Amino acid sequence: MEALLALVDHYNFVITIFLMVAGLYVVVARSNMVKKLIGLSIFQTSVYLLYLEPGKIIGGTAPIVDPKFTLYSNPLPHVLILTAIVVGVGTLALGLALVVRIHEAYGTTDDDDIADRNRDE
Amino acid sequence: MESLINMVLLTLLAATTIAIVGQRSLLGVVILASVYSFLMASVMIVLDAVDVAMTEASVGAAISTVLLLGALHLTKTREEAPRHGRLLPLLLCAAVGAMLVWGTLVLPPFGTPDAVIHQHVVPRYINETVRETGSPNIVTAVLADYRGFDTLGETTVIFIAGIGVMLLLGGLRRRDRAQDSAAEDQR
Repeated sequence: MEALLALVDHYNFVITIFLMVAGLYVVVARSNMVKKLIGLSIFQTSVYLLYLEPGKIIGGTAPIVDPKFTLYSNPLPHVLILTAIVVGVGTLALGLALVVRIHEAYGTTDDDDIADRNRDE
Repeated sequence: MESLINMVLLTLLAATTIAIVGQRSLLGVVILASVYSFLMASVMIVLDAVDVAMTEASVGAAISTVLLLGALHLTKTREEAPRHGRLLPLLLCAAVGAMLVWGTLVLPPFGTPDAVIHQHVVPRYINETVRETGSPNIVTAVLADYRGFDTLGETTVIFIAGIGVMLLLGGLRRRDRAQDSAAEDQR
């Protein structure tokens, strides 16, 4: 029973870690570069959760000052993650541009194919 | 109630992630990634991060999807079966996961108001923002005023990424045009 309660209390961290590990697995185990980039963004979004989940206060409200409310959730992680989201789409765009150029040069977006070709030459 | 909705949405996120890992058609993966971003935006609403949710819905679910679809249009849409064994990546992921679980065991449970994260600079932001900056939205005040240099760094990164994309893909268009004119010359 106690273990179950601990699991409920830390369920957000369990899922965050699961997403992080799944993203890492896609990056390491899959050889298609577009898939790798999607894995990278899953990893990135799990970091958003890691920051935002502890900032929530039960019964709190969004951090916009209004006389009707007194309890606000933590605004600092929101600011940091806003920056992270925008930087994330920047890195994704750059990575996809590289994939398009690699496809133009090698005719494939697969890591292993490119490694094979370089070994043959 | 809040934590229940949060748990349901997080479970849906995990299910979407499993589907993304298993899906071989890259078009399907992109659509699932878009679904994932929308679920993430919903989780952020539950976590009171409304500004972040808006950004994630527009940037994560819309712009990222458009970028990915554009890239797939220029490349291939099918992922080939992996040729290497899965054992090593799985072991690596298990090790990383175990370390992360160990690291989060002592963190305070979800939603507690007296956690350390709420004690440091945050009371000052919440109490003084309206007086010091005149903005009722604390996130905007911190983003543009208290931590303005962070935002300057962010715009610099985006600017550099934009230059990089233009340099990488600008050559593509020029070469296309050169090939077209070469083909016309042959005719």
